[in-house]
Amino acid sequence: MKQTALHDVHAALGAKLIEFGGWHMPVQYGAILDEARCVRTSAGLFDLGHMGRVHVRGKDHLRFLDRVCSNFVAKIPVGAIRYSLFCKPDGNPIDDLLVYREADAVYLVVNASNTPVDLAWLREHARGYEVEIDDRSDATGMLAIQGQHSTEVLAPLVSGCDLAQIGYYKFAFGTVCGLPNTRISRTGYTGELGYELYLDNRDVVRVWRSILAAGASAGVRPIGLGARDILRLEAGMPLYGHEIDATHNPIEAGLDFGVSFHEAKGDWIGREALLAVRSAPRRKLVGLSTDGPRVPRQGARVFAGATDVGYVCSGAVSPMLGTNIASAYVALEHGAPLTALDVDFKGKRQPCTVRALPFFSRTRV
Amino acid sequence: MRPNDRKYAQSHEWVKLDGDVAIFGITDFAVQELSNGNESDLVYCDLPDAGRVLCAGETFGEIESVKAVSDLYAPIGGEVLEINAAIEDHLEILSKDPWGAGWIIKVKPESKKLDGLMDAAEYEAFVASKKH
Repeated sequence: MKQTALHDVHAALGAKLIEFGGWHMPVQYGAILDEARCVRTSAGLFDLGHMGRVHVRGKDHLRFLDRVCSNFVAKIPVGAIRYSLFCKPDGNPIDDLLVYREADAVYLVVNASNTPVDLAWLREHARGYEVEIDDRSDATGMLAIQGQHSTEVLAPLVSGCDLAQIGYYKFAFGTVCGLPNTRISRTGYTGELGYELYLDNRDVVRVWRSILAAGASAGVRPIGLGARDILRLEAGMPLYGHEIDATHNPIEAGLDFGVSFHEAKGDWIGREALLAVRSAPRRKLVGLSTDGPRVPRQGARVFAGATDVGYVCSGAVSPMLGTNIASAYVALEHGAPLTALDVDFKGKRQPCTVRALPFFSRTRV
Repeated sequence: MRPNDRKYAQSHEWVKLDGDVAIFGITDFAVQELSNGNESDLVYCDLPDAGRVLCAGETFGEIESVKAVSDLYAPIGGEVLEINAAIEDHLEILSKDPWGAGWIIKVKPESKKLDGLMDAAEYEAFVASKKH
């Protein structure tokens, strides 16, 4: 298993470490639900060193990325970030990612578990383009601070850029803990105000400690992957392998904002298949809430009366909503909010209600 | 040291004979693994109906934490006599007293032989081998 620069720090904090995407990562430091609440009420710090980071440069980099990405990369303003996917010709994704548009390069942030597949796929499709694909994953680390107190906690550690001026899904370079030219983005996977920081591996531990020290009085704590999964599900954000994968396309997942059919983008891998899905979708990703005691889990079937109408992608206890929640694919006619359905637990049914996604977001206000 | 008056399964259930009745529960190690030491992380427990006949090794229920669901396996065969309804609403009992008040079901055993299960010392060694 691979380890981030913070591995020993997590162990010393008493974290429970698990395998995640080939990495040995903290799933929790304390109680998962307390960690989720901490991010919603104060702010939390996440080690995201496991995520893949790839710099793409060269004369053809925009043309190349507009061939392999679902979103319109050349149209992203410099300094802005867009959600995108890498799709196969059948329209189903091999991964989803964030695309950072720089003046003369593009920085991609991909899922840990898919990084090797993504790199192989990018290199395969780069033939014929003048483009350099620079895998920065092993040399760099990444931290996220997420929650309403993020700006006030982080700002004293930052110079050369005004955090409050970085808009949602924008990025800037500033000096963080004395480290010049540090990429700072207003992004995250929690539905909260927050920032992600990109660092050299050798600096990660120091910045981690500085943020925890700066945030101690505001209640900032380290947050593991368990709470991260709850927070992202509350925020209606997809996780590869759950809401999207080799058989679940972004259109039916409601990720249209990451897919561009703009003519000026030209043809791209998966475009034709996704146009067909758009004109005739069969299912819809929805939220479910359930007042019953059980947490819907991936693969659980969803019923309307006696009819099997879909299945659960992800489920969680939601401390924010005070109920158990899930994401699920259901047949279109059962996808309207407030539709009453049942989740099956090995033959026992638990009532649930269709909800619009996201369940919660503070970033889109 | 864990109690010596019962036997242990590799799936971390215990069984204790009490006259003609066998009592099943789960060990402190199982509770720790499920909850990571945070009793609030346990959210649900699904128990069988009285009268159900279990084979040794059969799933007789589930315990759910915020992270995952874990099956409960019958360490021996028998007919379910009684379930501990108290834990359904108070899963923290499992953390506080896994050996006593946190019992899960009572069974009329097929046989009072507890073959193939570990004693406390063997279970101790087994758990130690699970930790790094």
